[in-house]
Amino acid sequence: MEQLRWLPSHPDLSSAIKAARGQTDPERRLCDAIALTGYRRDFIATEKLDRLIADCPTARAGSELPALMHLQPARLAVLSSHTVDHLVPGMRVAGLGRRLALDITVTPYGLYRAVLAERDAELAAFAPDFILLALDSHEMAFDLAIDASEAEVARAVQERVADLARLWRAARSLYGAQVIQQTFLPAAPPLFGSLERVVPASPSALAERLNDALRDAARSENVLLFDLDLHGRHLLSGQALADPVRWHQAKQLVSPIAAPVHGDLVARLLAAALGLSRKCLVMDLDNTLWGGVVGDDGVEGIRLGQGDALGEAFLAIQGYVALLGRRGVVLAICSKNDPRIAEAAFSDHPEMVLHRQDIACFMANWDDKATNLRRIAQDLSLGLDSLVFLDDNPAERDIVRRELPVVAVPELPEDVADYPVCLSEAGYFEAATFTRDDAGRAQSYRAKAAHHEALAQTTDMEGYLRGLSMTLVASEIRPVDLPRAAQLINKSNQFNLTTRRYTETELEEMITDPGTIAMCFRLHDKFADHGLISVVIARPDPEWEEQALLIDTWLMSCRVLGRQVEAAAVEALAAAAARRGIRWLIGEYRPTPRNALVADHYGKLGFEPQHPPAEGGNAVRFWRHAIGDTPIPAHVIKLKGLQ
Amino acid sequence: MTETQIYAELTDVFRDVLGNDAIVLRPDTTAADVDGWDSHAHVTLVVATEMRFGIRFRTAELEGLHNVGDFVRLIEQKRSAA
Repeated sequence: MEQLRWLPSHPDLSSAIKAARGQTDPERRLCDAIALTGYRRDFIATEKLDRLIADCPTARAGSELPALMHLQPARLAVLSSHTVDHLVPGMRVAGLGRRLALDITVTPYGLYRAVLAERDAELAAFAPDFILLALDSHEMAFDLAIDASEAEVARAVQERVADLARLWRAARSLYGAQVIQQTFLPAAPPLFGSLERVVPASPSALAERLNDALRDAARSENVLLFDLDLHGRHLLSGQALADPVRWHQAKQLVSPIAAPVHGDLVARLLAAALGLSRKCLVMDLDNTLWGGVVGDDGVEGIRLGQGDALGEAFLAIQGYVALLGRRGVVLAICSKNDPRIAEAAFSDHPEMVLHRQDIACFMANWDDKATNLRRIAQDLSLGLDSLVFLDDNPAERDIVRRELPVVAVPELPEDVADYPVCLSEAGYFEAATFTRDDAGRAQSYRAKAAHHEALAQTTDMEGYLRGLSMTLVASEIRPVDLPRAAQLINKSNQFNLTTRRYTETELEEMITDPGTIAMCFRLHDKFADHGLISVVIARPDPEWEEQALLIDTWLMSCRVLGRQVEAAAVEALAAAAARRGIRWLIGEYRPTPRNALVADHYGKLGFEPQHPPAEGGNAVRFWRHAIGDTPIPAHVIKLKGLQ
Repeated sequence: MTETQIYAELTDVFRDVLGNDAIVLRPDTTAADVDGWDSHAHVTLVVATEMRFGIRFRTAELEGLHNVGDFVRLIEQKRSAA
């Protein structure tokens, strides 16, 4: 079965793996392995790639290798009711492709209840960041007659979900991990045909009802779903995820053949939870968003619109992209075109689904695409590793992959009709949460690009910022803010002083601690409401004086960089701290490969450099702000809330 | 496909799956003789063999795969029936 079809095929993956095996330096070998995860692989190649990195220190504590390779370490414990060992290499290898260094442990199958009934020393020592609860319908067998009533089924489903919720809470309290629940596959093939899900106690109906109830419970319990059921239907395009022979032979719910795609599904979910999903879709125009070449054929001549099969297929890809834009994926154009003609297609073609205002950054010129992708990233204040580049031209794809390996460039099917499914399958924009702020993000990035443009034309920075009429609303993080705040905490990499990640649950605990000041900030200006853009958490720390608060977390969305938001935020924080009788704020900077941007954040805000309180040894640095004495830098932002 | 060809292909499968290019297969080779041929690898070997030869072992046949000779006999049977 063809898997991972958005990845290009390697001309000779086997030999490439063999060559990489010859690398004696583990660092070089890991590097080679990461590059090879960019190619399509079957389960045998996946296991080979996994062996390649077996002795590379990845997520193990103390290893500096992941940071060097720009990988984020994460530990995953799989608790399952069936055999999953054969799926672990797939997860680890896919992890590298999604910029994760995964350390994975598997609890012997069927023992998941035991390790959740009481603290298991071994699992606790592993300290999982994530616990994946992979159960199957055989395990959750319903003791129901096939003619059970709707009410009986509802009651049974409720009991099961309550039982699972107990397990989730146990996983959280015993191991402090973010819980991921796998959805259920039906215990048996349909008994009734099309009537199947009308009969409340049929196997398919039971799985469906249980999964439905799980979705609601997972939302309220902050549990992530690994929707094996959904993927089984959509992602494997009808190919068997499960093979009854493998179930009977080895209690494998997922066939080994499906290990590469299964592993990628898990890895992309973890990556999403850690803020590593891609953020921006950059698109070519000619023969990608419409048929033909607008520069040659003219706006009237391009193939787009109803009544023409190819024209409708281009409408469909535009429609899909527009939906991605509405859910918060930033859209950009990168096309070799005359900018006036390219823009004219957007403004003048009556059938365009995408409009000019849907596009945050429009780069149409005759420069090479790698250069333009760099410009787009810069204009949008996004890392190149946030970009996905869609282009029908294999040569352009190839050049961009070579020039900018961190940009994701999906291999596209020959027929544009298959583009939407391919883009969906590739999972670049996997999300762990979805909030109203996400939906408004496109507008905010558009404003960001406009801001960038206006900046380029202005020399009077101060006057320009004043003209934006910015208002920053500061508030303590309330329960309603938790999803967005946690999302920002887990995905901000550049403007992030300490890169400490907290799950919603951990954050919830922090905001109830009376000694801690956990603030969030919302910014709006005359162009846009940027929503919740910054989180600052200050807490007492035994290493520092009693009347000092250590700024444990300070992060901000790069969308609002260069707006003096930091100065207004420190003013709000100092005011809140002063009200509690706090005398000092201690700023901390923990360098990562991605946060050099804020190395002198506290210095710029007027904090005094400090020596670390204890022997640090590493490059962590501290600064001090004496409340009332250290001046707050001037800013032009109107500050609201917490006054 | 001759028996020699089947052995050559099957050796390739075993070397691929177990990551050991030194593996030499004989009819009486069993899991005990090959490093890494454990119960997990056994399932992988079965699936990889199915993929390589374009065949499918029936559940009833899985129990009978004790040594390499068993693999080869079944592959021969299935390929000649196809």
